[in-house]
Amino acid sequence: MLTYLAKRILYVLPVALGVSLFCFLLVHIAPGDPLTSVLPPDASQQMQEEIRKLYGFDRPLPVQFGLWLWKAVQGDLGTSIATGRPVAAEVWRAVGNTLLIACLATVIGFVLGCFFGFVAGYFRGSFLDKFASMLAVLGVSVPHYWLGMVLVIVFSVQLGWLPPGGAGPGGSASWKWDWEHVSHMILPAITMSVIPMGIISRTVRALVADILNQEFVPALRAKGLMDFGVFRHVVKNAAPTALAVMGLQLGYLLGGSILIETVFSWPGTGFLLGNAIFQRDLPLLQGTILVLAMFFVGLNVLVDIVQGLLDPRVRRR
Amino acid sequence: MLRTALALSLAAGVALLAQPALAQGTLRIAMTASDIPLTTGQTDQGGEGMRFMGYTVYDALINWDLSSADKPSDLKPGLATAWAVDASDKTKWTFTLREGVKFHDGSEFSAEAVVWNLDKLLKNDSPQFDQRQAAQGRSRIPAVAAYKVIDKYKVEITTKSPDATLPYQLAWIMMSSPAQWEKVGKNWEAFARTPSGTGPWQLTAFQPRERAELSPFKDYWDKARVPKLDKLVLLPLPEPNARAAALRSGQVDWIEAPAPDLVESLKGAGYKIVTNAYPHNWTWHLSRVEGSPWNDIRVRKAANLAIDRAGLKELLGGMMIPAEGFYPPGHQWFGKPSFKLSYDPAAAKKLLAEAGYSPAKPLQTRILISPSGSGQMQPLPMNEFVQQNLAEVGIKVDFEVVEWNTLINIWRAGANHDSSRKATGMNYTYFIQDPFTGFIRHLQCDLKPPAGTNWGIYCDPEMDKLFDQIRTTFDPVEQTKILQKTHEKYVDDALFLMVTHDVNPRALSAKVKGFVQAQNWFQDFSPISMDK
Repeated sequence: MLTYLAKRILYVLPVALGVSLFCFLLVHIAPGDPLTSVLPPDASQQMQEEIRKLYGFDRPLPVQFGLWLWKAVQGDLGTSIATGRPVAAEVWRAVGNTLLIACLATVIGFVLGCFFGFVAGYFRGSFLDKFASMLAVLGVSVPHYWLGMVLVIVFSVQLGWLPPGGAGPGGSASWKWDWEHVSHMILPAITMSVIPMGIISRTVRALVADILNQEFVPALRAKGLMDFGVFRHVVKNAAPTALAVMGLQLGYLLGGSILIETVFSWPGTGFLLGNAIFQRDLPLLQGTILVLAMFFVGLNVLVDIVQGLLDPRVRRR
Repeated sequence: MLRTALALSLAAGVALLAQPALAQGTLRIAMTASDIPLTTGQTDQGGEGMRFMGYTVYDALINWDLSSADKPSDLKPGLATAWAVDASDKTKWTFTLREGVKFHDGSEFSAEAVVWNLDKLLKNDSPQFDQRQAAQGRSRIPAVAAYKVIDKYKVEITTKSPDATLPYQLAWIMMSSPAQWEKVGKNWEAFARTPSGTGPWQLTAFQPRERAELSPFKDYWDKARVPKLDKLVLLPLPEPNARAAALRSGQVDWIEAPAPDLVESLKGAGYKIVTNAYPHNWTWHLSRVEGSPWNDIRVRKAANLAIDRAGLKELLGGMMIPAEGFYPPGHQWFGKPSFKLSYDPAAAKKLLAEAGYSPAKPLQTRILISPSGSGQMQPLPMNEFVQQNLAEVGIKVDFEVVEWNTLINIWRAGANHDSSRKATGMNYTYFIQDPFTGFIRHLQCDLKPPAGTNWGIYCDPEMDKLFDQIRTTFDPVEQTKILQKTHEKYVDDALFLMVTHDVNPRALSAKVKGFVQAQNWFQDFSPISMDK
């Protein structure tokens, strides 16, 4: 098991290096200049060159990458060009904020997705199936941005029930678990939950349909089990896959959504990424992508390890 | 006893009268910026940054007078009470500083602080040098060559050559507190969290990318400008619909730049839409490199006569001022240009025919535009409108659409640079608040890129002579006359395709009282109060 563990962790290194090199190159290939966010537009090219030197952007790319990587392995993701604040602190704060709404969105998505999926799968072909499937398709295909704005118009502007944006009356730094703050999470979390809801619902529907076709189901019925008892067995069989899919969705949601977080001014990773992109803030962009990518890599390693623990065949591969 | 009591009550009365009227509520403003502007002194985020984090927390030696909505703003004494150029050496300026001014941290403002602040921007090896502030501030004071303390309240600034526009340049430079910087461990990041300036507002809470809270600085030197509000809260809300929703749901009391299509519904819901002229223009900057069709004045004039500015105003729901020149009509530098920017397609066709073009044999050219950007208003529909107008008289334009930051870089590189992709013009929006940003930077011969931002590579000795006069005329009245002459030449030579000026719209809740929208990029929040 230890060898397996060591192997999995060793595999992380080339992935991490690849991700950092890829995101470094990507942001340099993209059009635009990191100094755009720093300099007033009327700064001449000469002035631009002067400032470029001050920031070290005149050095060859491999040198810039090497320096950045050297600091990154020591936990220093540099400082934002636009704000001068340390990137690591900004990213962790944003990850924390996104976790809040991502977890709530996961719960909403999972509960509703499973409910619609089980109903649709169990009553396949019925009106209930069609209705639940329609909701699932809607969830996957409705544009986030649009849904977010509609929810704001209805629940914030017209009804005045929920706040339209922000992370609480005093911002995320003074977050408290009271209604005044939690109410700010609801609309972004609902908007964020519709895609996982749709995906889970469709997955569970297919799973349930598949399980219902297996031989043990008629056997259960033959033994005299009523509908509810059979349904319980179906749920038990479908749960692990549904959970795995949900785990994956949580991973996606952690990356935040640029559009949702912008519509709701939620200070999470999506909002941060959006800002970094528009301001061409390279260190912030690189740092955010790297941390998010490492989250995915870390989650994968964790899943591998858990799988290895549960199934000895995986360890032997 | 009675006399003592009387004296005490009189003293209390006087003290009460001397106290500025406080406790007038909290004003929450949604900015268009995506982050709180830099709080250390020289702000980022362009005009909006200076508006909310520059002229609020800080002062310059020379400030903009933001007290009037009826006339274009002019300069007024700030931390300097007087300034004069040496009669024998026109590069030497002496600034007399205001005495008794305190920074928010309680330390005193003096000549040492001025030199310290200039070093912060210009002297790379000074301990307080800050590259972020240098990036923002250095290009604002191109004239400054040297500076020194004369005595506690006098500073001498030497310019590279005689330059009468120095006061305008210095109106950009915000004075941060050296004592506070020392106190927080000589660290600008720490200073950013607890900044200290001499301005009417002090930053009391700051959460990056989320909010900033400002409170009145009761010891502000200009008692007339001590803020009436209890608190000013700034929230970055870059998405226009999110801003409007925040206003309508009562989360904020004021939004910057409501989207034009939301203006009517906001008005209908009881919100005030305030607008005013300000030194902004929306133009096509024309290339003057060899082979450009715009080298022919008949073509330039024809294009200017082909634009239906009234129609464009209708398209924007009235949210624009039709251009009558490079500066908005009524500006003190407008002068009396003889070329009138009327809508006259027949005259345009005639001029084009003389130049050898017609709707049947149109002039074909390419223009760089951007889908959005700072001060760009509604660039896509507006440019398409202009394109249609020009097509009607015989100028067929193809657009090369590039992202705003890319357009800025192309603009810095010049029309003869490969990045301009052989375009003969670009749609650009200008901050034209002072003689340098308004006139000189666009057209001075030796400011061709890379030395400056004369994108069109224009060069006219006559224009250069006017620019020299602007720089060497130290009497403000005489200088204004030359600025008017310069503007007349801008318009009479039709050096730009002059289309419109923005009106700086903002939407306010009915509770907001006392706001005077100055004809300026910056605004004064001190007279504002909130109805209960």
